Amino acid sequence: MDPDLALLLNGIVSGLLLGGLYAAAAAGLSVSFGMLDVVNIAHPAFMVLGAILVALLQGATGLDPLLLAALVAPGFWAMGALLYGAYHRFFERRGDEAIQGLAFFFGVMFIIEIGIVLAVGPEQHFADAAWADTTWRLGEIDLPLRMLVPAAVSLAAIGALALFLRHGFTGRAIAAVSQDREALRLLAIDPVRIKRFAFGLSLALAALAGGALAVVQPVDAASGHIFIGRVFAIVIMGGLASLGGCVLAALAFGVVENVTATFYGPSWSPAVAFGALLLVLAVRPQGLFGRAA
Amino acid sequence: MSGVGDAPGDGEVVLRAEGVGMRFGGFAALSGVDLTVRAGERLGLIGPNGSGKSTFTNCLAGVYPGHEGAFAFRGERLGKLSPHERARRGLARTFQLPRPFRGLTVIENIRVPLAYAGRHEATETRAMACLEGVDLAGKAHRLPRELTQVELRRLELARATALDPVLLIADEAMAGLSHAEVDQILALLFRLNEAGTTIIMIEHVMRAVTEFSQRLAVLVAGRKVADGAPREVLAMPAVEEAYLGR
Amino acid sequence: MSGATLPAAAPLAAPRRMGHGAFWLASALAALALVAALRALGSEYAYFAATFVLQYVVLATAWNILGGYAGYVNFGAAAFFAAGAYTTVAVGKAFGLPLLPCIAAAALVGGALGLGTGVLTLRLRGAYFAIATLCLSVVLQTLVVNWDFVGGSRGAYVVRPREVPWPFDSYGGFLCAVMVGLAAGAVAIARTVEKSRLGLGLAALRDDEAAAEAAGVPTLRLKLVATTISGAMMAVAGAPLPYLGSYIEPNSAFGLAYGVNAIAMPLIGGTSSWAGPLVGAVLLASLQQAATVTISSAANLLIVGVVLVVFVCAAPHGIVGLFRGQR
Repeated sequence: MDPDLALLLNGIVSGLLLGGLYAAAAAGLSVSFGMLDVVNIAHPAFMVLGAILVALLQGATGLDPLLLAALVAPGFWAMGALLYGAYHRFFERRGDEAIQGLAFFFGVMFIIEIGIVLAVGPEQHFADAAWADTTWRLGEIDLPLRMLVPAAVSLAAIGALALFLRHGFTGRAIAAVSQDREALRLLAIDPVRIKRFAFGLSLALAALAGGALAVVQPVDAASGHIFIGRVFAIVIMGGLASLGGCVLAALAFGVVENVTATFYGPSWSPAVAFGALLLVLAVRPQGLFGRAA
Repeated sequence: MSGVGDAPGDGEVVLRAEGVGMRFGGFAALSGVDLTVRAGERLGLIGPNGSGKSTFTNCLAGVYPGHEGAFAFRGERLGKLSPHERARRGLARTFQLPRPFRGLTVIENIRVPLAYAGRHEATETRAMACLEGVDLAGKAHRLPRELTQVELRRLELARATALDPVLLIADEAMAGLSHAEVDQILALLFRLNEAGTTIIMIEHVMRAVTEFSQRLAVLVAGRKVADGAPREVLAMPAVEEAYLGR
Repeated sequence: MSGATLPAAAPLAAPRRMGHGAFWLASALAALALVAALRALGSEYAYFAATFVLQYVVLATAWNILGGYAGYVNFGAAAFFAAGAYTTVAVGKAFGLPLLPCIAAAALVGGALGLGTGVLTLRLRGAYFAIATLCLSVVLQTLVVNWDFVGGSRGAYVVRPREVPWPFDSYGGFLCAVMVGLAAGAVAIARTVEKSRLGLGLAALRDDEAAAEAAGVPTLRLKLVATTISGAMMAVAGAPLPYLGSYIEPNSAFGLAYGVNAIAMPLIGGTSSWAGPLVGAVLLASLQQAATVTISSAANLLIVGVVLVVFVCAAPHGIVGLFRGQR
C-alpha cells in the first residue's frame, strides 16, 4: 500500500478510536448542557478529577482502570446531585443563571484544578491496564487495545444511556425536562428532582470518561482545558440534546484532529478543531446533526 | 368568505399583508394571509390557540425574517428589516407575557424606546408623560418586580407607546386580568386610538374584542377564514365551528 | 454608533449626577495624584505591585463593559490580554517601536479580535458566545505557539529601553505611570458608556433582547460596539506585560489566571456599575500580590476561585450591590 495512504488510513482509524473517547467526554455534557440547559463548563475538570482518581487508585490497588472508573462513578453521581442542588438554589430559582451561573461553574472548575495541583502536584498521572500494550493488526492498520477498549466501553456506556433515556421511566422524564416542563408537572413529577438525578448522571459519565482518558494518555490538572472547547464543540455540532449526533460529531472531531496531527504536527490540531467549531457556530448554529436551533 | 375586508372608512392604508406564511420544519403555522389595515382603525384579530395569531405578530414585527409573502407598512416594503428598524418606523408591539427590563426602573424602561426610537427628544418630562398616560407615574423609580400583573401590562403598553407608534399590536394584553382590570386596559387602548394610533388587538377575552373592534379578522389553523364587521363575522358558520366545534 | 449616542446622554441624566467631562477630569486628577504618590515612595517594588494591580483594573473594567453591561460572558479574557502582550512583542520587534505606539496597536488588534468574535457568534444565545470565546483562546494560543517570530513556545525576551523618559526615575516608574493612565482612562470610558444611551441600550438587551429590539434598540450593533470596546481595552491591559517581566511565553500569557480574574473581579465588586470592577480588581489583585509573597501561587489562585464561588452564591450584586442595598 502507498505509505501516505496507509498513514492516512491509520490516522482515520485512530481518529475514530480517539473519537470514541471524546464521545464519552461529551455525552455527559450533552445531558447537562443539551437536555438540562445547565452550562457546566466544569465538566472536563470533573473528568480530569476522575482520571487522576482512577490513576491513583490503580497505582494503589492494581485493579483494572475501567473497573475502577465504574466504581468511582456513583461518588461522582452524588457529587453532581449536590452541585446541581446548589446551582438550582442559588441561580436557577433566582433566574440569575446567565452570568452568575456561568461564573459559578467557572469557579468550580478552577477550584477542582487548583485542588488537584495542591493535593497531588502538577505532574502527569497515568493508569495502566493488563491489556493496554497489546495491538491488533488488520493488514496495514493498527488497532491498539489501549485506544480500542476505552472507545468500545465508552460507546457501550452511551448506548446504555440512550436506551435508558428512551425506555426507562426516569429516562423519559429527563428527555421531557428538556422539551416540556408543563407535561412533567401534569404527571406530578418534580422537575428539580429529575434534573438533580440527570446532572448526577452527567458527572458519573464524566468519571467514566476520566477512567478511559487515564488509560489513553497521561493526565495532569490542566488537561481539562483543551477538553472544554472539544466537548462543547462536539455537543453543539451534535445538535445539543441528541446522543446520536454527539457520537457522530465526536468521531468526526477525533478524525479531523488526528489526521491534522499526523500530517501537520500535533501542535496544530487544536486550532483546526476549534476553528471548525467557530465555523459551525457561525454558519450552522443548530449543529451539524441537529434539527432546530 | 367576506370581501377583501376593506376597513370602515377610507383612510390611508397603513398596513398591507400579502400572502404571509410561515413554516416551522414541515409544519405550516401560517399560510397565505392577506390583510389590509387603514389609518385609525381598530382591528380585532382572533382565533383559537395555535391558529397563528402570534406567528403573524412575529412575522409582522420582524422576528421571523424568513416568512413567506410580504408586508407593506405605510407604503414601504418591510422586507427583511429587523425588529428595531420596524419599531423605529412606528410599528409597535406588546408581548403576551409582559417582558419588562427587569434590571431597570419603571422610568428607565420607558427611556429605552424614547432614547432609541422616539421621534421626540428623550427628556425626563417626556418619559414621565408616558408613565402618566398609563397611571404609573407614582411608581417611576420602582423596579418591575415590585409591580402587580396589571401594572406590568400597563408598563408594557407604555413602553410600546413611547415609540409614538403608527400601528400598535396589542398581543393578549388582557389575558388573566380581572373584569375591572380589563376595563382599565380597554380604556387605555381607546384613548390611544382616539389620539390617532391604529390598533390591532389580538385577544381571547371576547368581551374586550367585541367592545373594541370595528372589524374582526379570524385565523383558523394558519389561514384567514373571515374578515369583516364583528357581528357578521361572529355569525359565520366557519367561525362558530372553529370556536365551538374544536 | 457610540459616538452619535453620547450627545443624547445629557438630557437623560438625572439632575444630581456628575457630567461626563467632570468625571474625566476627576479621573485624570486621581491618576496624577496616584503617580505623584508612587513617585514620592520611589520604590521599585511599589511600582511593580501597583502596575500588577492596575493591569487588572484595566482588564476587569474592560471585561465588564461586555460581561456586566451587556450580560455576555467572555471566558477568553486571557486571549485578548495575550493578544495585546504579543502585539507589543511583534510590533516592537518588527518596527522597533517603543511601548506607547505598541499600546495603540494592541487596541486595534484587540478591537478587531473582539469585533470578529462578535460577528461570528453574537447572533447566538449567550452561552454559545461564552464557549466561542474559550475556543478563541485555544486557537490564538496555538497560533502564537507556532509563530516563531514572537518566540513560539519558547517565549520571547523583551529588553527595557535604557533611556527613561523625562520626569521618571526608572523604567519601572514610567511603566507604572503608563498603567495608572490606562486604568484611569479605562474607568472613565466604562463610566461614560454606562451613563450614556449606549449603556441604557446594553442594560435593556442584557435583560431581554427581544423586548429591547421591539423597543427600537439595535441589539446586534450595540453588542458589536461593546465587544469591540471591551476587546480593545483588554488587549491594552496586556500590552505593557512584556515590559513588566522582561520575558513572555504563551502558557503564562494565555494563563487561566487572567481569564478567571477578569470574571471574578467584576462579579465580586458588582457588575452593574463602573465602580464594581475597580473595587473588585483592587481588592483581589492586592490580595494576590500580597499572597504571592507569603504562600504558593497555586494556593493563592485557589483563594480567587473560592472567593468567586462564594460571592456569586451569597452576594450576586457584588460589594457595590451590598452598599447600595440590593436593588
